[in-house]
Amino acid sequence: MTSIAQWGNDLYTGKRSIDFIGRQKQWYAFSAVLIALALVGLFARGLNFGIEFRGGSEYRLTSVTNTAGYEERARSAIAEAGIPGNVLATVIGGTTVRVQTEAANEKNEAAKAALAKTFGVDEKTVSASLIGPSWGESVSQKAIQALIVFLLLVALVMAIYFRTWKMALSGLVALIHDLVVTIGIYALFGFEITPSSMIGFLTILGYSLYDTVVVFDKVRENTAEALGSRRQSYAQAANLAVNQTLVRSINTTVVALLPIFAILVVGFTKLGPGTLLDLSLALFVGIAVGAYSSIFIATPLLVDLRRNEPTLVELAKDSARVQAKEPVAAGVGVGAAAGGSDAAARHTAAADLRDAGAADTDSVGRPLHKWAAAGPRNQPKRPPRSKR
Amino acid sequence: MSAPSRTRAPRRVLWTLLVLLIALFAGIGATAKFGSGQWSPKLGLDLEGGTQMVLEPVLADPNAAVSAGQLEKARDIIAQRVDSNGVAEAEITTQSGRNIVISIPGQPDAKTLDQIRKPSQLRFRAVLVASSGVPQSAATTTSSPTGSASPTSQSPVTSAPIFTMDPVATAPVTSGAPATSANAPIPPALTGADPTPTPGATTTSASTTTASPTTAQPANPSDLAWVTPELAKEFTDLNCSTAGAINDFVDDPAKPLVTCATTKAEKYILGPVELDGTDIADATSGYQTGQNGQPTSVVEVRLSFTGDGTAKFGAVTTRLFGLKADQTRNRFAVVLDKQVITAPSTNAVISNGQASITGSFTIDSARALAQQLKFGALPMSFKLQTQDDISPTLGKEQLALGLLAGLIGLLLVVAYSLVQYRLLGLVTVASLVVAAVTTYGVLTLLGWSHNVRLTMAGVTGVIVAIGVTADSFIVYFERIRDEVREGRPLVTAVDAGWSRAKRTILAADAVNLLAAIVLYVLAASNVRGFAFTLGVTTLIDLAVVFLFTHPLVAILAHTKFFGGGHPWSGLDPERLGAKTPQTRYAGRGRFVTPTLTSEGKA
Repeated sequence: MTSIAQWGNDLYTGKRSIDFIGRQKQWYAFSAVLIALALVGLFARGLNFGIEFRGGSEYRLTSVTNTAGYEERARSAIAEAGIPGNVLATVIGGTTVRVQTEAANEKNEAAKAALAKTFGVDEKTVSASLIGPSWGESVSQKAIQALIVFLLLVALVMAIYFRTWKMALSGLVALIHDLVVTIGIYALFGFEITPSSMIGFLTILGYSLYDTVVVFDKVRENTAEALGSRRQSYAQAANLAVNQTLVRSINTTVVALLPIFAILVVGFTKLGPGTLLDLSLALFVGIAVGAYSSIFIATPLLVDLRRNEPTLVELAKDSARVQAKEPVAAGVGVGAAAGGSDAAARHTAAADLRDAGAADTDSVGRPLHKWAAAGPRNQPKRPPRSKR
Repeated sequence: MSAPSRTRAPRRVLWTLLVLLIALFAGIGATAKFGSGQWSPKLGLDLEGGTQMVLEPVLADPNAAVSAGQLEKARDIIAQRVDSNGVAEAEITTQSGRNIVISIPGQPDAKTLDQIRKPSQLRFRAVLVASSGVPQSAATTTSSPTGSASPTSQSPVTSAPIFTMDPVATAPVTSGAPATSANAPIPPALTGADPTPTPGATTTSASTTTASPTTAQPANPSDLAWVTPELAKEFTDLNCSTAGAINDFVDDPAKPLVTCATTKAEKYILGPVELDGTDIADATSGYQTGQNGQPTSVVEVRLSFTGDGTAKFGAVTTRLFGLKADQTRNRFAVVLDKQVITAPSTNAVISNGQASITGSFTIDSARALAQQLKFGALPMSFKLQTQDDISPTLGKEQLALGLLAGLIGLLLVVAYSLVQYRLLGLVTVASLVVAAVTTYGVLTLLGWSHNVRLTMAGVTGVIVAIGVTADSFIVYFERIRDEVREGRPLVTAVDAGWSRAKRTILAADAVNLLAAIVLYVLAASNVRGFAFTLGVTTLIDLAVVFLFTHPLVAILAHTKFFGGGHPWSGLDPERLGAKTPQTRYAGRGRFVTPTLTSEGKA
């Protein structure tokens, strides 16, 4: 994975740079298409709510030896038990038969017995879930309540953490974007929505928020630096921040997705629909979308929101002048030359080398004075006794 | 500044963690050996197999909402039913202020489940025959009424052997005159709250009862003609200590009922229903007020009836007071869910609708009774919201597959971090192992102390948390790498990287914890486990990063392998393109222009 490490290095120094900020129109357009598709799916196809919302009964028979003609057999067994309406039967993992019917209130036992007889299993091993019709109502009500409370809390946390409403707003837009796209994907593919997927959606909000926090943290760090050095415009500093956190974003997203992917594989092949699969599907889709939005939506939006602030307009002018004077250092964000960002990054390093321990060697192994590790610096602070 | 002294602080932290872990597992061992604990986390019903029902109490009045007190009462009612059915280890909890969740391990039959969720009703019935709750040859033979109208033969049903029972519980079953009996506690007695009972209301009902022969038509609800031979046989055979003993009896308001007391100490044949819960206006408890308005030491339950109820209750007490001589038939039973919660004898005709029950109450038992009466005034039925029967085989299969998924996920993460961070990835592996062990221990301990059960949703939460936990390490390692790229030596890079990563990790975990708490509060019951384990693992993640990962990396930074930036350490400055190409001031007036080795390798 030398290439990824190297790529990370280049992104970090600004030697290589992906123009996230400058091409924001593309990302916006892409997301707009996604959202439009999501809305089309939502209104044209509608959401496929699970029996937890509709009410109904579900039976699971494990270790069925002969699943041939399971649909017919399940249907006749259910009819025998006297439950009207649709019967939906599926086979999961080869030996488990799952049968969904209308709510079977008092005929629950009869249905269990009939199914057990039809498929030749012990009645005791038949699992049954019965969901009354009013349950779903309270579940959906609760989910919507949870969503609203969560969004309000998240907005509050963002406002407190970032202390600027523009950051909070961009973060929130990214969150809602994630939610809409995820639900749209559910609508388009006809995935079943259960209380488990609902809690999955809410968890996505947490993840997406966290991704955004990480990127914005770096943005804030870099832009504060740019405001001091006047070498970079706000957009350039923000773009560098996104680039610098890109490898991290990719790594964390991959690592978050890997276990969920494992669940998905096991779930699809062996377990069948259930808490595990529903939750992980929602999380998988949501985390992927969340990683996209924190990079491609939140940060460009933040830059666009702040673009016209007088101090930043001034900064853009100053940095343009500095970059024109030092052609080597020009074009950090767009031109991808290493010099400018080096200067900026070195400044950062110099500013916060507070706790320099004993400098041992430099990169090529020679003894090196610690203050010289990264070029000229401010007067270092005397390290505390414990660090000496 | 020798190496050991520099790594002393991180070493101490690692030892602390080790001590904490040992303490955790020693605690689990102690609970498993000496207490009710076990070595593995308690499993939820969906993994262990069992039945879970969610019931919503519904009042007869469709517009009335169930209050918190009523919900608690409903929970108690359900708990009592579950107990009386002999269901072991059932858990009954209320949920989100409107539902009752009943979790029963194993697979109870349909009849038991029906018993548990039938509507609750408070009814008043006159006592016809009473006897000890457990059939005893001597008592049962004498107590079996043959349908003949000889009421006097019924009252001394409780002969000598009965006195072996708890005197408080059996207090009303004394054969002597209870009010004057010196050695027996005073039985509950219904007296008019108005100290002057209306005189002249005594009717001749007593005489009519005694006069009524074995004809099929009982003259009034206290008439022993209600006791048919079949009923008598049921009564004789009834053993209140058997679980579900009264399940088969039909609670028909127009017919007599054979049943037990909730204490199981007594069994009764009761007359038809004369009043029900809706006739009660209010019930309170407290110390009885004496003649001069001062509280006495006698604890009473005050009962007030509605207008309609007052009239009915007046008529009943008039009749029962007339039966004063008969210590059994003078009693009036309060029946909740077919079980007699109290059966006081009538000491006065109460025509003002203000009754008072006194007897061997403590202030707590009086309050409990008053509550039962008050909430019993609102007949509740239970709407079945969900019911899940999970067979143990399905549960086991689900758990096994869940764990398999977790293992695969863990291996994938380990492989990825080894590829990405080389041997530094081993720190990730070690940290994940520590986190997994801690999670296992904490969940086990919580299962013992707070009855936390691991459900499928919980398992999902744990698996998802692998990503969250590994995420912290990535934040940390990337920060260290950033610092190395800046050209710092590894030891300083670790310190500087940590101080920056700490902030991000704290923010990230705060967000996750917040999410977990909100989800836990707002989520439906069956997915709560997800939020719970997510929250717990987030806290464990924090602990592991602070107490294990960082100290370990700090120590490793002093080793030659990592500190020297070995190509396989994942912290090789050259591979990370450490910033060296610029001319630097190297001190003492020297400037250094390094060779562009890193560029060459790029």
